[in-house]
Formats: sequence, C-alpha cells, structure tokens
Amino acid sequence: MGPLIPNGVITGDWDFVIALIIGIIFGFLLESSGFSSSRNIVGVFYGYNFVVLRVFFTAVIVAMVGLLYFDYFGWLDLDKIFILPTYLTPMIVGSVIMGFGFVLGGFCPGTSYTAIAIGKLDALVFTVGLFIGIFIFSETFPLFQDFYYSGYLGNVTLTDVTGIPAAWFAFAFTIIALASFWITMVIEKRVRKNITEYKF
Amino acid sequence: MEINNRDNNRPHYINPYLGGVLLGLLVIITVYITGRGLGASGAVKSAVVTTAEAITPAHAESNPYMSKFTGGDHSPMYNWLVFESLGIFFGGLLSGILFGRLKKIRIEKSPKITNKTRLIAALTGGILFGIGSQFGRGCSSGAALSGSSTFSLGGVIVMLVLFGTGYAIAWMFKKLWI
Repeated sequence: MGPLIPNGVITGDWDFVIALIIGIIFGFLLESSGFSSSRNIVGVFYGYNFVVLRVFFTAVIVAMVGLLYFDYFGWLDLDKIFILPTYLTPMIVGSVIMGFGFVLGGFCPGTSYTAIAIGKLDALVFTVGLFIGIFIFSETFPLFQDFYYSGYLGNVTLTDVTGIPAAWFAFAFTIIALASFWITMVIEKRVRKNITEYKF
Repeated sequence: MEINNRDNNRPHYINPYLGGVLLGLLVIITVYITGRGLGASGAVKSAVVTTAEAITPAHAESNPYMSKFTGGDHSPMYNWLVFESLGIFFGGLLSGILFGRLKKIRIEKSPKITNKTRLIAALTGGILFGIGSQFGRGCSSGAALSGSSTFSLGGVIVMLVLFGTGYAIAWMFKKLWI
C-alpha cells in the first residue's frame, strides 16, 4: 500500500538510491524532450515552440488521473501524501518574480541542470544566479519574515477549498489541456511561417 | 510545405506528448514510492545553507531562514532533493550523449544580442528565480508540476501565476530570444 517509504514498505536506507534513479529518469526525459535549450523553453511565450506546454500539461493530466486511479484501486493512500502548503500572497508574489526569472533566464532549476550537463554556459550562469538569489533571500529574510508566512491556508487541495471532488478537476484540466494542444498547434504553425529557426 | 526537421542541423527530440506521458508516469511512481513529488530548487537551497555553514557557521545558525536546515548530525546536502537533482544532471548528460547534444561549452541566445548580454540576463534571471522560488515554496518542477498533479491549491496557483506572468511580460524581452 503506497506511499511505500512513509508506510515502511521500503526502508529509509533506499531513499537516496531511489532519489538518484528518479532524478536520472527525470533529467533524461527533460533533456530528450528539448528542455536543455533555453530558446526551446521560452518558445512557449512567443509561440514558436510549445514543447513546454505539451510536456507539462500532458504530465499533469497523466499524473492527476493516474494518482486518482491508484487511490481508487487502493494502491495509494492519497491522504498520506505530501500536499504543497498554500501561502496565498507570498506564493503569488514569488510566482510573479519567478515568471520574470523564467523569461530573462530561459530556464528553471531542473532544466538548467540538464542544460549544464550538455555544455550550456548560460545554464551554468543561471544556476549560479539561483544560488545567489537564494542567498540574498536568506540574508534579507528578517525584513519580510511575516510576509513570508502570511496567507497560510494549510496543506489544502483544490477539493478542500471548493468541495468539488478531485476527479472533476482532473476532468476539467484534461479538457483544457486538449483544447490548448489544438489551439497551440494552430498558433505554432502560423508563427513558424515567419521565422526560419524554431527548434534549437 | 513542412520541412522534415531531421536534417543534420536540427536536434532530434522525442515526441513531447510521449515525454509528457512518461513524465506523468514518473510523477505517479515518485509519489507512490516516496509520498512526495519531484523537485529541483530545494537542492540549491541546501547548497546555499551548506556553504554558509562551512564559511560562517555561527551566522548560518543565527539566520532565521537557514537555521531551519542547519545543525543535526549530517550535512544539509544529505537530503532527497540533492540526490534527485544530481540524478537530473546525470540523466540530462545521458540523454545528451545519446542524442548527440553533448558538445563544447556554448552559450545559447538570439543572434540579435551579445554573449555578454545573454549571460547577464541568465544571471539576473537566476537570481530572480532563486528569490521567487523561496516565496513560492518551490519551482516549476516542485510547486507547479508536482503540486498541481497532487491537486494542491498552492501548486496550481504557482503554475498559473508563474506562466501567466511569463506571458504578460515576455514581449519586453523578446530580443533575448528571437
């Protein structure tokens, strides 16, 4: 019965081996999908390459549906898994800042690791920036400590907040994803008519 | 007419929907085994804390943010996300070798800007992303992807606002890319 490690089915000693293996698969999927290129990644914002949207939305709907099935079959206890806590205002502010960082840097942490692996110097500089940014955050933390902890709603799920069962969210998200796949295909074709290079 | 992308100049990537399905399956497996999703920014945070502890241990201990992760009988680097992130690096390396993308050190940018501009943007972007990820309790992998997959309200908020902001401001930095 999952989750295996918290339930003691797999002992904690295997923790880091499993982490490494999962990471390797993750990195392989990211790189082989084209996420080791900053120009591919930002293509989602300019319409010439929607790989980010395709991979991301597909992954989310597969994971959502899969987790629900695992719970339905009794393989996984969804009440025992970690739900990212919600701190409403700081998360919104943080996401805005990350949005700027994303467009300026062309990477996010995970993708930058894979790009470093294949020799991209801009990815290395980005990761150095991550380090500096987190350091700056730590040093200035006392200034906004209260803000950082504000807007706490708990480890709430969409269901906790709306009362709507998770399956409906999975369904709605799937419809949105499928619609976006079709729309972005149309947009991409149109944008690519005007440029010669769109896959890097 | 659609040009076949598999000529010598264009890199070969796997079908993004296939990548997405496999990534979704990976999230399921990860949650099933560990009870948590994937992540990435946490490893850099561990590196920051470890470095601070090594250079100025007293200061790290007294820092209200870092002190949450210092102390104990093992290094802050001895944690799940650090090993997972190491794996991400090696997985990327493996894929790069397999698909012939492991080449000499290079900088990727629009031809309209200089290398220096790109690197300054990368550094600035990284700094901003680093700061933002702490407020956001994660990055696109941990908060947006894994959070949304597990139906976390915070995860969905991060996903929508992160990408929404990107769309809203991308026009300002278009020259960096195309």
